[in-house]
Amino acid sequence: MSAGVDLQNVSCDFGKFRAVDKANVSIKPGEFFSFLGPSGCGKTTILRMVSGFIDPSEGQIKIGGQDMNGIRPNKRPTALIFQNLALFPLMPVWENISFGLEVRGASKEARRAKAEELLKLVDLHDSADKAISQLSGGQKQRVAIARALAVEPSVMLLDEPLSALDLKLRQHMRAELRAIQKRTNVTFIYITHDQGEALAMSDRVAVMSQGKIQQISTPQEIYNTPVNGFVASFVGENNIFKGKVKSIDGGKCAFETDAGTFTATLGPSVDANTIARLYVRPEYSRLQAAPAEGGNSIPVTVTDISFEGNFIHVHAADQTGRHVTVETRNDGSVTLPAIGSSQYLCFDAATARVLADQGMKDPSIDE
Amino acid sequence: MSELLRRYGHTLTWLFVGLTAFWLLLLVILPQLYLLEESFRLYLPVADIGGPKDVYTLANYRSAFEQPTEWKFWLPFAWKPIILPFEAPIRMQVFVHTLLYSTVTTVITLVLCYPVAFYLAKVANPRNVPLLFVGLLVPMWVSEILRAFAWFIILAFKGPLNMALVNMGIIDTPIRWITGFNSVTFGLIYVYLLFMLLPIYNAIQSLDTNQMEAAKDLGASSWRTHWRVIIPHSKPGIASGCVMVFMLAAGSILVPSLLASTQSRWFTEIIQQAMFESQDWNTGSAYAFMLLVTCTVFVIGMMRVFRVKLSDIAR
Repeated sequence: MSAGVDLQNVSCDFGKFRAVDKANVSIKPGEFFSFLGPSGCGKTTILRMVSGFIDPSEGQIKIGGQDMNGIRPNKRPTALIFQNLALFPLMPVWENISFGLEVRGASKEARRAKAEELLKLVDLHDSADKAISQLSGGQKQRVAIARALAVEPSVMLLDEPLSALDLKLRQHMRAELRAIQKRTNVTFIYITHDQGEALAMSDRVAVMSQGKIQQISTPQEIYNTPVNGFVASFVGENNIFKGKVKSIDGGKCAFETDAGTFTATLGPSVDANTIARLYVRPEYSRLQAAPAEGGNSIPVTVTDISFEGNFIHVHAADQTGRHVTVETRNDGSVTLPAIGSSQYLCFDAATARVLADQGMKDPSIDE
Repeated sequence: MSELLRRYGHTLTWLFVGLTAFWLLLLVILPQLYLLEESFRLYLPVADIGGPKDVYTLANYRSAFEQPTEWKFWLPFAWKPIILPFEAPIRMQVFVHTLLYSTVTTVITLVLCYPVAFYLAKVANPRNVPLLFVGLLVPMWVSEILRAFAWFIILAFKGPLNMALVNMGIIDTPIRWITGFNSVTFGLIYVYLLFMLLPIYNAIQSLDTNQMEAAKDLGASSWRTHWRVIIPHSKPGIASGCVMVFMLAAGSILVPSLLASTQSRWFTEIIQQAMFESQDWNTGSAYAFMLLVTCTVFVIGMMRVFRVKLSDIAR
């Protein structure tokens, strides 16, 4: 039932503006695939091209191996869930859900039965005859999902459907969406600017910036081994050092910055001539009273401590005033440094990555 | 009221309220009440007014149902009347024609305006919409009488339309356009088009475009998207447009007097005749109230049929 989606060299121009530039993605049948990126990166344009509301300027889109060129949205095996859901306010819940079947000429009994069945699937019993205006945000969400599932699409397209919900509900709906996807085994293509959503739900994520796909990988790889500066800084937090690659030794390099020279893992396609930065995650950084022997360390002064419950963030500044963060798990035994105390920020070469500035909107972004 | 007083002070508040009350009571309600009262009294010589003959009666209303004659019934778009096999009061014939052709006008105007309103609201490039609206509004800067008269000239037997059609070889002999109710309907549609277009445009414009796309995405054809999503949403606009065009058409006097033929009379012409030609205000006001009440009942009935609430229209 579910189908794969292939984008081959797909571009989309709006006048002189290139919204999507040569996107190449192969989404597998039954996969939960996310496009992650800031607003204006072209992810919604990709979604609208797959659903058929926009035609690509060049390239080819295939769903289940079939070329979609010239096939209108109402003839495509896709179902779109809109950011504002776009439920039909003048129809009761069950007519909303069965609208796709009504279009296909199903009898009223069949439509009603299907609507009831789907309401059960999305955990909304006894709501068939309610008006849309009587539902809460989360319930509307479920109706929108049920309405899309009713047409038994091969591919489900979701345009930031959780962005209007409050935090608690959003987290709940994440798990719910994931569960529905696994139960129905429909290919889900999910658009979001929320890295937490993308990482938590997806099988694979494509990170986009300025119309280009920067990296396609599993959530773990996206987070642990970002391919460039944009991916590293868009997904998760970092301590960032600007500098130059001095020498390369296998997968490692010496990276010279104004805070000293560090050893770090060399990112893909970085050499001595690349404009690059060193990225190290707060959870891979640690504070010590004495510099690490033979490792990377810089003297810093603790400026602030924020206690988050399960995590503790220690903020500090180095001699140039650069702000760095260290994240510690609160396992009940940590001793926190005093604010204003002098410490050393240490990190291992294996967890520090030197990445090209490629994909950045503004290469001179704050360190 | 206290809100008004707080915002505008005593002088301005009383001025507003006073002027509104003056307009409503003295210029609208009182004359109507006067006519209503007159309609139940007989048209008498001055000497008899207040005398024993001056009694309240339904005679004026009854006169509309008198004088049965052969009924030449005009079907919509017909060039010849059909003679019905029964007689009917002459004024009732006109009355029925008026209601029928007001309805025909309303339906045709709706059919013409809906696609245009949809185009303006959802299809046209928003940058061009102001220009398109100017194009629609410019003809309305000319007074109704001139617009109707322009059509009288265009449609005349020896007018430019016939001349053009004959010279282009489309027709052999000129057509008598001003026959039956065709030209009246045409004129009414033209004159009241915007009263239909604007409310429908407003209604369609307020529809979230995503809903149209959602319907498409779920497999609906354009036709079904209109039928199930766009039309239900714009029903209040359609209803208020229809009510306005129907009421204006039924109450129109200029267009029918200019564009009707000798055989096609409008009920307003009968009222006008009674009031100004016979100087019989009593009968004239009786007919006017008959038209008003019947039209109101008709509109309410139609609203019931199409399940439109009054609050939808007032929105």
